[in-house]
Amino acid sequence: MTRLLILLLFLVGAPVWADSKLPPAPLANVQLKDPAQERQAQTLMLTLRCVVCQGQSIADSNAEMAGDMRALVRTRIAAGQSPEAIRAWLIARYGDYVSYDPPLSAITAPLWIAPLVLLALGVWFARASFKRRRRA
Amino acid sequence: MKRWLIWVPFAVALGLLALVGWGLYKPADRTVRSALVGQPLPKFALPPIVPGKPGLATAAFAKGKPRLLNVFASWCIPCIAEAPQLLALKQAGVEIDAVAIRDTPAAIADFLARNGDPYASIGDDKTSSVQLALGSSGVPETFVIGGDGRIVLQHVGDIRADEVPGLIATVRNAR
Repeated sequence: MTRLLILLLFLVGAPVWADSKLPPAPLANVQLKDPAQERQAQTLMLTLRCVVCQGQSIADSNAEMAGDMRALVRTRIAAGQSPEAIRAWLIARYGDYVSYDPPLSAITAPLWIAPLVLLALGVWFARASFKRRRRA
Repeated sequence: MKRWLIWVPFAVALGLLALVGWGLYKPADRTVRSALVGQPLPKFALPPIVPGKPGLATAAFAKGKPRLLNVFASWCIPCIAEAPQLLALKQAGVEIDAVAIRDTPAAIADFLARNGDPYASIGDDKTSSVQLALGSSGVPETFVIGGDGRIVLQHVGDIRADEVPGLIATVRNAR
């Protein structure tokens, strides 16, 4: 009986949110009035990483920080900044990590080169096996 | 075909297994670090959040004396755990300024009454704008700002008791 009561007590426990009580920033969930600017902002947001929810873009994430990052992107686009300038501003603060469009560098080079190497290997392998068949 | 070639797939599979095992036992460090360490503190100016305590602007730094910049919030549980360590740092003569992320005056006043007040000033950052400008990705985080206004060190997460002497040393050495 006591055990059941203790178990039932768990039902009335309130969840604790690691979030603030402030409403989202004005432009976090509101589109810009100019459709062209909104399209620019949306395209950029899809290629920026949310820094607290590491597998999601800021366009996809419900985290408060992602909302604040969306507000930052929209505010700066509305002020006439180019999407690439905003991306550069964020990369200066968080590193290439924050962008889903990584530039070519020593660390990312294997990402770009590996497919070419694999393709070349495949061509070489296919050529070798076709040759063998012709001989037989 | 050479006979030993038959063992190659097996060796590759073993290698893959070893890689997965290594990843399981030594997971990658997912801490997001600011790329601004070593660079000047970005320009910002925040209004005060509680009466009787000034807000915070970049001008408060770069006055020849190193200071701590603590990014915190009243809704953040690790910030409560960190409070005694910040008080210990203040006791040791370290000056601490703060940025309050997405907070209200009442909640901050309550937080300071409960957990102590080590801050010389607190800036009100309602939309995390200064947090993003700093390259910070959560609360709490603490930056050591040198006397020349450069970011010397970023401490991600709450400051533990055993990390206090190291931080004091960093502040003393940052001139």
